[in-house]
Amino acid sequence: MCTLEKRGQLFLLKLTGDGEHRLNPTLLDSITSAITQIRSDPSSSQSVLITTSHGKFFSNGYDLALADSDPSLRVVMDSKLRSLVADLISLPMPTIAAVTGHASAAGFVLAMSHDYVLMRRDRGFLYMSELDIELVIPPWFAAMIRMKIGSPAARRDVMLTAEKVTAERGLEMGIVDSSYGSAAETVEGAVRLGEELVRRGVDGHVYGGMREALLKQVLHTIGSNESVSNRMRNSGSKL
Amino acid sequence: MCTLEKRGDLFLLTLTGDDEHRFHPDTISSVLSLLEQAKSQSTRGSVLITTAHGKFFSNGFDLAWAQAAGSQTGAVNRMHQMVESFKPVIAALIDLPMPTIAALNGHAAASGLMFALSHDYVFMRNDRGVLYMSEVDLGLPLPDYFAAMFAAKIGTSIAKRELLLSGKKIKGEEAVALGIVDSAAHDSVEGVVEATVSLGESLAAKKWNGEVYASIRKSLYPGLCTMLSLTAKIAASP
Repeated sequence: MCTLEKRGQLFLLKLTGDGEHRLNPTLLDSITSAITQIRSDPSSSQSVLITTSHGKFFSNGYDLALADSDPSLRVVMDSKLRSLVADLISLPMPTIAAVTGHASAAGFVLAMSHDYVLMRRDRGFLYMSELDIELVIPPWFAAMIRMKIGSPAARRDVMLTAEKVTAERGLEMGIVDSSYGSAAETVEGAVRLGEELVRRGVDGHVYGGMREALLKQVLHTIGSNESVSNRMRNSGSKL
Repeated sequence: MCTLEKRGDLFLLTLTGDDEHRFHPDTISSVLSLLEQAKSQSTRGSVLITTAHGKFFSNGFDLAWAQAAGSQTGAVNRMHQMVESFKPVIAALIDLPMPTIAALNGHAAASGLMFALSHDYVFMRNDRGVLYMSEVDLGLPLPDYFAAMFAAKIGTSIAKRELLLSGKKIKGEEAVALGIVDSAAHDSVEGVVEATVSLGESLAAKKWNGEVYASIRKSLYPGLCTMLSLTAKIAASP
């Protein structure tokens, strides 16, 4: 499902296996568990999180086949992803998504929930697929896109043409911070950036609080589906 | 005044005649009626292209008609009437269950520019035609839903200032640079129309579900939708 490794002050969260890393309840719980573990680490406020994946996909979004077989799971998956994203937004450390494969719909949102998005340019794309598969886009996804993509035309291209955004286009749109020649180089780039951020020595709690303030509108739209434990964690970092 | 034509998947809405295509209660009502017609006839893969004949796309509200009321109060009332009755036209475009493209044959000013910007894609000529928010020069306040459209569609503070506060007549190349329009690559009306038809056909080929398309469009502009009293359909997410 996912593994968590610590390398010096860097936490490496990897979505494992060669599948699509669909955000089903099990994987979402697994990732959330890893984030909880990171938070409880005594040196967490001087650390950096890097999220990456094995194989062709970063994440291909929600598990739609599962939702078709049991519609009640739609709400469960949405609720768990909201909690996870709220968790990432309040995390007391810089976060980097090393996108080494396709990131679609909820998977694209997961990547965007990180402070930095690094991506391979030889393969793979970011894709808000909903228009192509006849699904509406949840308001909180749209809020994240409005926050992370500055140009109205780029937002339209992402949401209203379901553009398959390559790293090059992602750089133009300002969704992607830097691009690399391969999956391995992308992860290396993330590690280098992570180490630089650690060296700057920011106080993670202050950082997390600032990010929450910056992403206030997104948190508001995510709304009251936050888990109780998130609310308790967040109360300390609000000034 | 205005016509609606169907060419394959494409609906062509044309403001006809060689005049300024000013928005007057009758034109507003005609345009609204044609948009409702397009909506009722829409299928998967439908696309709307809006254009006009002559030198003007549209030069805004019919101020002469407002003045013809004969009194200050009368003029203000007529202006108010046009502003209020135009809102459903803008709402109809934002709610239209198909991609929309404005092919600017010429000048677009005030509510004429507002009409253009209400489309998903805006193409203008390189050689002729300007975009002009005349309100600041005429001493007219900006209706709230106009301001909401600019907030939704214009990305930078500089572009907003140039368009709304400077009284500038913005030509094609600058409009593209400011991110106000998608293209000003063509030196003739035929060029612009051809380019929009080409875009229209490529969008039509996607065979998107129009209701889903409209819902996603509305979720791009929540503030504007509130102003226009449009609610996005909230459906299950995954």
